[in-house]
Amino acid sequence: MNTLTRANLAEAIYTQVGLSRNESSALLESVLHRVSEALAGGEAVKIAAFGTFLVRQKGQRIGRNPKTGVEVPILPRKVLTFRPSQVMKARINGASPPLDDDAA
Amino acid sequence: MTKSELIAALVAENPHLRQPDIELIVATIFDEITAALARGDRVELRGFGAFSAKQRDPRTGRNPRTGAAVPVAAKAVPYFKPGKELRERVNGEASAATGPTAS
Repeated sequence: MNTLTRANLAEAIYTQVGLSRNESSALLESVLHRVSEALAGGEAVKIAAFGTFLVRQKGQRIGRNPKTGVEVPILPRKVLTFRPSQVMKARINGASPPLDDDAA
Repeated sequence: MTKSELIAALVAENPHLRQPDIELIVATIFDEITAALARGDRVELRGFGAFSAKQRDPRTGRNPRTGAAVPVAAKAVPYFKPGKELRERVNGEASAATGPTAS
């Protein structure tokens, strides 16, 4: 399994759009920055055919230190979740690793 | 914020670029991430988060209306794990992007 990083995405912009490498990575950074800013402000970010990033408010609950068994309150907090679009789910399963042909 | 609002903001920020180019840039980024997941690769963007596809085993589901058992095939489910910096910012914690170097 390979891991793609910023460099790979910037390279894709460079080859697809024909901007300079520097500008390609600057634009990638702008996109990530804009999305982050919206989410930090509590706003959902919806990218059609990709998915939706949602900020969810979680209430306080009682947790437990698994090592010591001591109860500790988990404070109310905001968490970020991602809901993939149907299009993305389909693409990921369409060309996913080959499944066995044998009937189960 | 939607994809078109994101594009509009980037167009305003980059007057030297044509809107179709900005649209292609945004599409390329999200397309590359999806394509990577479809290949079984993961995408890690430090400070933002990591995308991966989790494999789910086949299981026996049930039609909730009739109660009949239905086989559910194995599948891959896209997953996003927010990075530390973004997680903290969403939760309203002061981001120490250029702050103290404690780790």
